[in-house]
Amino acid sequence: MIPAGFEYHRPGDIASAIGILQEHGDEARVIAGGHSLIPMMKLRMAEMGHLVDLQAIDELKGIEVGAESVTLGAMVTQHELITHEGLASAIPLIRDAALQIADPQVRYMGTVGGNVANGDPGNDMPGLMQCLDATFELKGPDGTRNVAARDFYEAAYFTAREDEEILTRISIPIPGAGVGQAYEKQKRKIGDYATAAAAVLVGNGKASVAMTNLSDTPIWSAEASNALAGGDVDGSVSAMLDAIDPVADNRGPVDFKKHVAAVMLRRAIGRAQTRAG
Amino acid sequence: MSKMHVKLTVNGKQVEGLAEPRTLLIHFLREDLKITGPHIGCETSHCGACTVDIDGKSVKSCTTFVAQVNGADVTTVEGLTNDDGSLGVLQEMFREHHGLQCGFCTPGMITRAHRLLQENPNPTEEEIRFGMAGNLCRCTGYQNIVKAISASADMLNAQKEAAE
Amino acid sequence: MNDQTMTPEERAANLKGMGSSRKRVEDVRFTQGKGNYVDDIKLDGMLFGDFVRSPYAHARVVSVNKDAALALPGVIAVLTAEDLSPLGLHWMPTLAGDKQMVLADGKVLFQGQEVAYVVAEDRYIAADAAELVEVEYEELPVLTDPFEALKSDVVLREDLEGQTEGAHGPRKHHNHIFTWEQGDKDATESVLAEADVVAEEMVYYHRTHPCPLETCGCVASMDKVTGKLTLYGTFQAPHAIRTVVSLISGLAEHNIRVISPDIGGGFGNKVGAYAGYVCSVVASIVTGKPVKWVEDRMENLMSTAFARDYWMQGKIAATKEGKITGLWCHTTADHGGFDACADPTKFPAGFMNICTGSYDIPTAYLAVDGVYTNKAPGGVAYRCSFRVTEAAYFIERMIEVLAIKLNMDAAELRRINFIKADQFPYQSALGWEYDSGDYHTAWDKALEAVDYNGLRAEQAQRIEDFKAGKTRKLLGIGLTHFTEIVGAGPVKNCDILGLGMFDSCEIRIHPTGSAIARLGTISQGQGHATTFAQIIASEIGLPADDITLEEGDTDTAPYGLGTYGSRSTPVAGAATAMAARKIRAKAQMIAAYLLEVHDDDVEWDVDRFAVKGAPERFKTMKEIAFAAYNQAIPGLEPGLEAVSYYDPPNMTYPFGAYICVMEIDVDTGEWEVRQFYALDDCGTRINPMIIEGQVHGGVTEALAIAMGQEIAYDEMGNVKTGTLMDFFLPTAWETPNYTTDHTVTPSPHHPIGAKGVGESPNVGGVPAFSNAVHDAFRPFGLVQSHMPHDHWRIWKIANGLGMHG
Repeated sequence: MIPAGFEYHRPGDIASAIGILQEHGDEARVIAGGHSLIPMMKLRMAEMGHLVDLQAIDELKGIEVGAESVTLGAMVTQHELITHEGLASAIPLIRDAALQIADPQVRYMGTVGGNVANGDPGNDMPGLMQCLDATFELKGPDGTRNVAARDFYEAAYFTAREDEEILTRISIPIPGAGVGQAYEKQKRKIGDYATAAAAVLVGNGKASVAMTNLSDTPIWSAEASNALAGGDVDGSVSAMLDAIDPVADNRGPVDFKKHVAAVMLRRAIGRAQTRAG
Repeated sequence: MSKMHVKLTVNGKQVEGLAEPRTLLIHFLREDLKITGPHIGCETSHCGACTVDIDGKSVKSCTTFVAQVNGADVTTVEGLTNDDGSLGVLQEMFREHHGLQCGFCTPGMITRAHRLLQENPNPTEEEIRFGMAGNLCRCTGYQNIVKAISASADMLNAQKEAAE
Repeated sequence: MNDQTMTPEERAANLKGMGSSRKRVEDVRFTQGKGNYVDDIKLDGMLFGDFVRSPYAHARVVSVNKDAALALPGVIAVLTAEDLSPLGLHWMPTLAGDKQMVLADGKVLFQGQEVAYVVAEDRYIAADAAELVEVEYEELPVLTDPFEALKSDVVLREDLEGQTEGAHGPRKHHNHIFTWEQGDKDATESVLAEADVVAEEMVYYHRTHPCPLETCGCVASMDKVTGKLTLYGTFQAPHAIRTVVSLISGLAEHNIRVISPDIGGGFGNKVGAYAGYVCSVVASIVTGKPVKWVEDRMENLMSTAFARDYWMQGKIAATKEGKITGLWCHTTADHGGFDACADPTKFPAGFMNICTGSYDIPTAYLAVDGVYTNKAPGGVAYRCSFRVTEAAYFIERMIEVLAIKLNMDAAELRRINFIKADQFPYQSALGWEYDSGDYHTAWDKALEAVDYNGLRAEQAQRIEDFKAGKTRKLLGIGLTHFTEIVGAGPVKNCDILGLGMFDSCEIRIHPTGSAIARLGTISQGQGHATTFAQIIASEIGLPADDITLEEGDTDTAPYGLGTYGSRSTPVAGAATAMAARKIRAKAQMIAAYLLEVHDDDVEWDVDRFAVKGAPERFKTMKEIAFAAYNQAIPGLEPGLEAVSYYDPPNMTYPFGAYICVMEIDVDTGEWEVRQFYALDDCGTRINPMIIEGQVHGGVTEALAIAMGQEIAYDEMGNVKTGTLMDFFLPTAWETPNYTTDHTVTPSPHHPIGAKGVGESPNVGGVPAFSNAVHDAFRPFGLVQSHMPHDHWRIWKIANGLGMHG
């Protein structure tokens, strides 16, 4: 498996990166950790003339834990998410979920920005970010704009990001004390995408529920979240089952996936409720 | 496609070469530098046979362009042998506990285990199994690999203690 | 201590001979990344080959346009069937008596089939060029179901049209390959008709793949000056490959040197001859340069050597007390587009007729129908001896099905039907002579080790708890008692392409008392360099550490049929012992001469010959070796070496008792192996450490197969499981710890009593895991459900039994 050729760019700041994207249009693509993109390139399912490596851009790095919110640079790796103690105490759900992604080697390279920006319905972070009501910062030729994670995903590999924009930072409100958090994922083995995964926040009369790999985008459901906020677990699960639209694949047929989706969601709710105290 | 100038530190030595940007690190190591310890197994970042250590991280070198690691410090299994040519602790413990059979996954296993023990010098069996889950072995069933890594941790800790 | 003061036991321990858990000599290289695998080979001026493969499972190849590819700088050649046809190399013979296209000759029969072969200066250019070859296809109807294929008007093999006789007898249909029958059909049918109880079931063993971590590959290097071809490759049978290359290329066999370097796992994948080898040889002959070809993982899973794919319809008859009276089996075997099974010539379904298993079944009948479909060819023995794992899975499922029908405990049903220790050698109803066994002892030991009764009590409690809504997890206890048949095999009935399945060893003792031994086999991780030296050490009394082992170079090693089907220890191991004994016989004469006594007046003592009754008068093997080279001994040639070509009188029959305890989540289909106990009896044990390692690895491969691994196709013949994301290889996280145990029942006909072990754990492991899944659901009404038992299929069982409310 050999990828097609490309020109390599390693800009030192966001403006230069955007400049390269503007110059080459469709022909250019950014690469973060590359562990989603490079296999696709090797299979020749992705080809581009210009690859823009974001690793040298310091503005894309770093984890900041504030009083109200957490900010993650797009180039923060899964490994950094797992090993950052401040983040783990602010939003433990992120470590829980990151540990469920791929394998150790991939987590050293895989970035949170790549995971959320790629638009792959199999990725874990998009659903998680929807559950947490994160906001994505996008920078492009026309400046900076913010898009809610819940509005970002349009279809598989189609997002609100324009071709010449770069996802730079992710802001996440800290759920705060009294909110239980849980991530439940069923997969065939380490390294697999989810058969079904559920992210749940519940407590203080509020709730948020999102699921992964059960539709062509992550699914955050207002109805399911509201039902859970009102203590109606059955109603929450049933609303989520109405919202998802899984397809059959090697993991199993649709009826199985729907069943497992409900099981994962119930387990995540149960664990989150226990943690909420 | 034009070639780029690549400069790396590999197993403590400065190396340079010309490579197309699309050249995968595994091919640069194996073909250009003739460092053939890291192997190609699955090509889609599942098996870990190509694992090398880059700037303190375990990385699958068949899912990495050499362009991405230009300037980096790379260690392969060849770099884990002692300076006097004797087997390093992990290498010796893999042999002692029969942690390999065909040997094809072994360089990746040992290189990954090296980083795991740097980060967690006293891993439980569960931590070893979770920490090694990016490396596939078709021969051993992992039981003796786990044993070898656990024994390596003990030996490295004893060496550290003796040195203090 | 020196030679005089050490006890015989101490001297024996110093040899690190048989029975010693000697550390592996291979590992010093492998742990430092200094192995030498085929892709590590780099020759001056070496070119790279890459294939253009068919995206379709069944299509006519209308045209191939090479122009764009040839125009790419660095591209040397693009070969198609048209180019190979004048050389007669566009087709090649298969091991099963069929023939196979090297490059698509007018049509393709499976997705991934080789259509054109690109040769370029490096692998990147070759890959780019392969993208530029334009192939026009005309799609044809696809047949992926063997039962449909036997009814369909669609002719897959147009080259065979009108041929009603195949390599193994009459063909019943244009997509039919052979029918192979064993046993007594009429007698079996009357037993079935008269039986108290008959259980009937379809047992499917799905299509999977050996998937060694290293894929297949080769480097062909034609030296135009000497006229000699050197072919390096991932060959489990290097000598046979040399003969095949000679026969199909027309090159004289002495001008071909085949070298198997280190091999990164084989498991049957590397037995056959593949299009990549033929094309690389042709390309090297044409260009005069070395040509390397290494398949990628997708190519490996799609095109080289699938395993299994047997639909086994079974009927088992018994008295109401549970004594089995007859077994009937009809198998529909999906062979894909070409019959490229790797079986001994006279056994088109391998040793499937070992399917009476460990049981004394007086009457049996087996028929196997081979069928062409639009799938990849292969049918290799994936860590098993020629369809033995299919046979073992079949009988171990049928026993469970019968136990359900009789409402009996499956452990007890096995016990009352085992062949008894005093019945060996045992003549089976399907034609085999089992050499030795003690099944009851092994079985009782296994049941006791796991506290079988305690487990059943725990399971009964679990069922109650489940019914009371206290748990959603079930407990499955998977039992297996398997009997293998390995060590193919006697030349009188076992050959591959006419080459008898003997094996060989040549030993040379050096003057200073060290040695080199060369064998016709080739290690792929089994540790031959370690264990065969141990056999020699025990036989001739030189330390194993002083014995070098070499395999895999046909210019230096004696001819042998290679390593697969657990045949190395039973056949080459026997040859090693026999060659060593020839050396010892000569050494005895030398010792007698040196001690000035008659040959019969010296006796062997661990590492020396001593004068009978005067043990202080002796000559060590080391001394004898030197004498062989520095003294003129009357009546003896100088030197000390021997070669043995061993034709085994019979197969060996390793056996074992495996028990798996599994937790199953009925809501998600997730499983966890809580306990796995493996008792193996492989006869004499050469290196317990290596045996244990073989069992760990083999059971893990069985875990993969039983619990998720498959080569799956959609209805268009597209491979759905082409990468390691979807083709299940468990990581350390999903893999449990195993408890190993053993009994020792030596083979009576093998020189050292060894039977072979490498494949037992795969053969026994698969039914143990599968039976655990079935056993968990047995109390709720499950009789049979097909593998692989991945999450959704387990969930489907629970769903079908109404367990989801």
